Amino acid sequence: MKALLICEYREGTLLDSSYELVAFADKLGAERAMVLIGSEAALPRVNGKLYLADVARYGEYNPELHKQIVLEAVKRENPDTIVFVHSSYGWDLAPRVAAALKAGQISEITGINEGKFEVGLCNAKLRRTVVSRTEKTVLTIQAGAFNFTGDAQGSPQVEKLELKDALPALEFAGYEPALKTEVDLSRAEVIVSVGRGVGKKENIPIIAALAKALGGQLGASRPVVDAGWLEHSRQVGITGQTVAPKLYVACGISGAIQHLSGMRNSEFVVAINKDKDAPIGEVADVMVVADVMQFVPALIAMLS
Amino acid sequence: MKILVCIKQVPDMASRFKVNGNGVWYDEVDLAFRMNEYDEFAVEQAVQVKEQSGSEPDITVLSIGPDRVIEPIKKALAMGCDRGVHLRDEASYKKDPWQIAFTIAGFCRDKKFDLIFTGMQSQDRGSAQVGVILAELLGIACVTTVVGFAIDNRAITAKRELEGGIKSVVKFSLPALITCQLGLNTPRYPTLPNIMKAKKKELLVFPVADFLQEKEMTGTGSAYTPARKGSGIILEGDVNEMAGRLLGILKDKTAVIK
Repeated sequence: MKALLICEYREGTLLDSSYELVAFADKLGAERAMVLIGSEAALPRVNGKLYLADVARYGEYNPELHKQIVLEAVKRENPDTIVFVHSSYGWDLAPRVAAALKAGQISEITGINEGKFEVGLCNAKLRRTVVSRTEKTVLTIQAGAFNFTGDAQGSPQVEKLELKDALPALEFAGYEPALKTEVDLSRAEVIVSVGRGVGKKENIPIIAALAKALGGQLGASRPVVDAGWLEHSRQVGITGQTVAPKLYVACGISGAIQHLSGMRNSEFVVAINKDKDAPIGEVADVMVVADVMQFVPALIAMLS
Repeated sequence: MKILVCIKQVPDMASRFKVNGNGVWYDEVDLAFRMNEYDEFAVEQAVQVKEQSGSEPDITVLSIGPDRVIEPIKKALAMGCDRGVHLRDEASYKKDPWQIAFTIAGFCRDKKFDLIFTGMQSQDRGSAQVGVILAELLGIACVTTVVGFAIDNRAITAKRELEGGIKSVVKFSLPALITCQLGLNTPRYPTLPNIMKAKKKELLVFPVADFLQEKEMTGTGSAYTPARKGSGIILEGDVNEMAGRLLGILKDKTAVIK
């Protein structure tokens, strides 16, 4: 079995998630080759073949060109699987490669279960194994699901790739920085976060009171920020802040992967949720099965 | 301008799920269904484009599935789409993303849509594939995970959401397909007069077999309830009792409460 790993590169650096691809291939027991649209100044420190296309020429985001580069590497390497991280880069590019190869794609793999790929169903409340029916298969792996634990001491054997006459279908006009963060959650020792389970915006002061009683900061899940109940600078998760407090209290947060990724390194996690099966339970040290708006006032009363 | 919005109906994610009889999907009994959340942003964006362009654009909203998917189609019509298309399929949950994309591409082929909106993923399957594959099959530009959208004549500037809250800015021209991320806009609630008006709008129904000639490329081995990974303590019962127990645990295991 051979896996072609598509590394990620952004704002002049190789993304660490590229090493998760290596961890996945190793877990699969696959021989591996890599593709990077990047630069020689920032190569993954891993042994093995690496196809390098110059980012100065092909851009950091240019799916049509990147697709053709991956397809060229597929032609040379003839891999069984082509593997991406399930990220804004990977979920954008992988289906384009799959469609071009007429290959099946299995998205956001969380594990390997008896040789089959495991993925989530319904916000990870159920799981399913997925099998490919095509000769080649495109895979995307969940960010954070496969940890690279080895020493990155190797150096790849680089083979340069160039495209002839490729025209981009769109123009990448640069990045817009994240909104300025007024609230720095990364240093907080205690974070009490609000999820959609609190019901309505008017209930937020009660959760804020718990944060104050515990001497902590108020955080939020994405839906709460999208709904305009709290500002973006309080958002915990992949598209917000990554936090690791001593105590994390999740109030009415179901635990979508985008949230879990941002807080799973917290030392102690308390989840308050009506639904005993909510995925937040996977990372919770204590799961309080209750309506947030009934439990939190009771807890505050006892704290004061 | 011709606009297509592709929507999916999914169960309420707050539900409790169990595996169905054939062991490959969730059981639909007792589930309440609604429009996939991401798709609400897709519908809203299409309607905003129409409103900004003096009502000239014509919006078709399409969904694949059993008869219950007429409900979200009606909601989209009440939000401002002009015409509904129901590609009827009693077993759409067995179709893989490739087959779904191929079916929609089959419907699109002679229609020449200028602009297609989809959600960036569905809340149940979450493959994030259908929109991108559809664009590839139609040979049009595709930009995913969009949180900002502006159109000027046929030129589009879109913002893609990346990790860490960074956005990338992308410029391209029609025809194009956009996959919508949460937060792109504020989806409207249908008003009563618009719900009534929607009842008179055209709803076309086709069997999915009219457009689908492809076999699946991936299939489900089995679906199951995950083993509880959390080794955590579960507290249930009276709220005051639980609050007391939780405080005891926090004093014991963390340094934040003395």
